[in-house]
Amino acid sequence: MGPRTFHHFMDIIELQKLTRTYGDFTAVDHIQLSIRAGEIFGLLGPNGAGKSTVIKMLTTLLPPSSGTATIAGFDIVHQPGRVRAEIAYVPQLVSADGGLTALENLRLFAKLYGVPRRITNERIAGALKFAGLEEAAHRLVRGYSGGMVRRLEIALALLHRPRVLFLDEPTVGLDPLARQSIWEQIQRLVRELGMTILLTTHFMEEADTLCSRVAIMNRGRVKALGSPEELKLSLGISDASLDDVFTRYSEEQPETSSNFSDISQSRRSLVRLG
Amino acid sequence: MKSLNNATLLEWAEPFAVPAGRFTGLTRLAGQCMALVETEYIKLRRDPTDLISRAVQPALWLLIFGNVFSKLRAVATGDLPYTDFMAPGILAQSVLFVSIFYGIAVIWERDLGIVHKLLVSPTPRLVLVLGKALSAGLRALIQGVFVYLLAWLLGVHLNFHLPALLGAALVVLLGAMGFSTFSLIIACIVKSRERFMGIGQVLTMPLFFASNAIYPIAVMPEWLKVVAHANPLSYEVDALRALMVHGGSSLFGVGWDISVLLAFVSVLTLISARLYANLVR
Ligand SMILES: Nc1ncnc2c1ncn2[C@@H]1O[C@H](COP(=O)(O)OP(=O)(O)OP(=O)(O)O)[C@@H](O)[C@H]1O
Ligand SMILES: [Mg+2]
Repeated sequence: MGPRTFHHFMDIIELQKLTRTYGDFTAVDHIQLSIRAGEIFGLLGPNGAGKSTVIKMLTTLLPPSSGTATIAGFDIVHQPGRVRAEIAYVPQLVSADGGLTALENLRLFAKLYGVPRRITNERIAGALKFAGLEEAAHRLVRGYSGGMVRRLEIALALLHRPRVLFLDEPTVGLDPLARQSIWEQIQRLVRELGMTILLTTHFMEEADTLCSRVAIMNRGRVKALGSPEELKLSLGISDASLDDVFTRYSEEQPETSSNFSDISQSRRSLVRLG
Repeated sequence: MKSLNNATLLEWAEPFAVPAGRFTGLTRLAGQCMALVETEYIKLRRDPTDLISRAVQPALWLLIFGNVFSKLRAVATGDLPYTDFMAPGILAQSVLFVSIFYGIAVIWERDLGIVHKLLVSPTPRLVLVLGKALSAGLRALIQGVFVYLLAWLLGVHLNFHLPALLGAALVVLLGAMGFSTFSLIIACIVKSRERFMGIGQVLTMPLFFASNAIYPIAVMPEWLKVVAHANPLSYEVDALRALMVHGGSSLFGVGWDISVLLAFVSVLTLISARLYANLVR
């Protein structure tokens, strides 16, 4: 929108008190967050924390109850069409059409994304190569392994060369090898295309490997924000892992801050016992 | 962007110029719409079992119901043999049955996350729902060919003049678009397969029986006449009766029938474009 124009090149995604309620229940509660261009940002948090709800709002699928966000300077509430041209989304569910081949899936989305006809073939060939699916291009997606489907989905999301990619639990249900190949795909997107990626995950190892920064959500709020290293250090215990960070900020806790020391106290004694 | 280089990725994934202001041209919209229809076509060609199993029902109606009622002479259809009277009704019925369960397929796609991806693409909602409606239209047209074939085998006096055939195709297309969109709207409201099945079943039969498909409106009790006049299926059948069989005639006039169907399709399409995103909320 008009006035907020130029500073968005650094912060490509900005959440401004983004809020979503379902009836009396607040799934996402006044989240204030900036994500920089070219970063892999992880949204972590226990089941029901509100991660998918944030992503649905940012991808224009769900209108916020209050607050808003901008992506590449476009407002998700007032300029959803503009936002959609800049983003791609791979849902938590496996979402390539199993009744079609990889090639047919790619053709369909090339048209839906408005990829000009003269570059369509080249782009589809590139996408197949990127996904390592050249051999399987003419096979029905229904017969693919989980890893192949995910690789295809990420390739599908690149056809219109979005600036921001949203990945909701990209490696859930994949074996370690398939997971590794998805990680490599994601890292290439950032390294070679300068894309910005916002992902959610329940694998702390994944967040630790991929993410430049993470936010830990609980009950609709951001409880901790920083690089994995910063967050581990902030616990004040030696050899803390991101799992410890996750546990620390995901625990049910009264709003009082006095609790903080209690918890790290008890954790320390646990460490000593072990 | 070139400066990032060394990458196989960049060669194909460079940004492309989207027309200024992104006032997407009509050709692009048409392309998006046809891409959805083409997808339906690919799937139908790959797996026609669904089409074939759906051809069984109209066959049974024409064979059994048609035969018995002709013998009974229970329905006053003027000079028209009863099977000739009934064939357009059965065509409309099979279009209705094909279309009214379209919402199930859409809920299925939602469960798979396909709807999410369609909605996040820059394709306008209106184009997405139109593409769905036209896909249902494609199915219905294929179904229509089956019904014509069956009717012909059973000795129905079909009208094979090109304008009549084209007119019938248009009516079938509009009927399918209307009822599939109606089905889509229900899917967007109930959102779950189980509830949809319930409602689908509850709706189809009344729509069918409260129409002129297998008996004329003239023989209905007053209250049913009112319902039949408000039922878009009646207008579909009415037009088909004039277009499909020799000696058949329309009560309301084919022009009026088509206008009603067009209005039905337009209004529902606009409503469904607004509701489509509800599926993923
Ligand atoms: N359509 C809805 N109606 C009512 N409540 C909802 C709806 N969608 C989500 N919620 C609630 O909002 C909360 C946040 O859900 P969300 O899916 O965003 O969590 P999440 O962090 O993605 O969890 P998970 O890790 O399990 O995917 C949950 O408590 C959920 O029950
Ligand atoms: Mg989730």
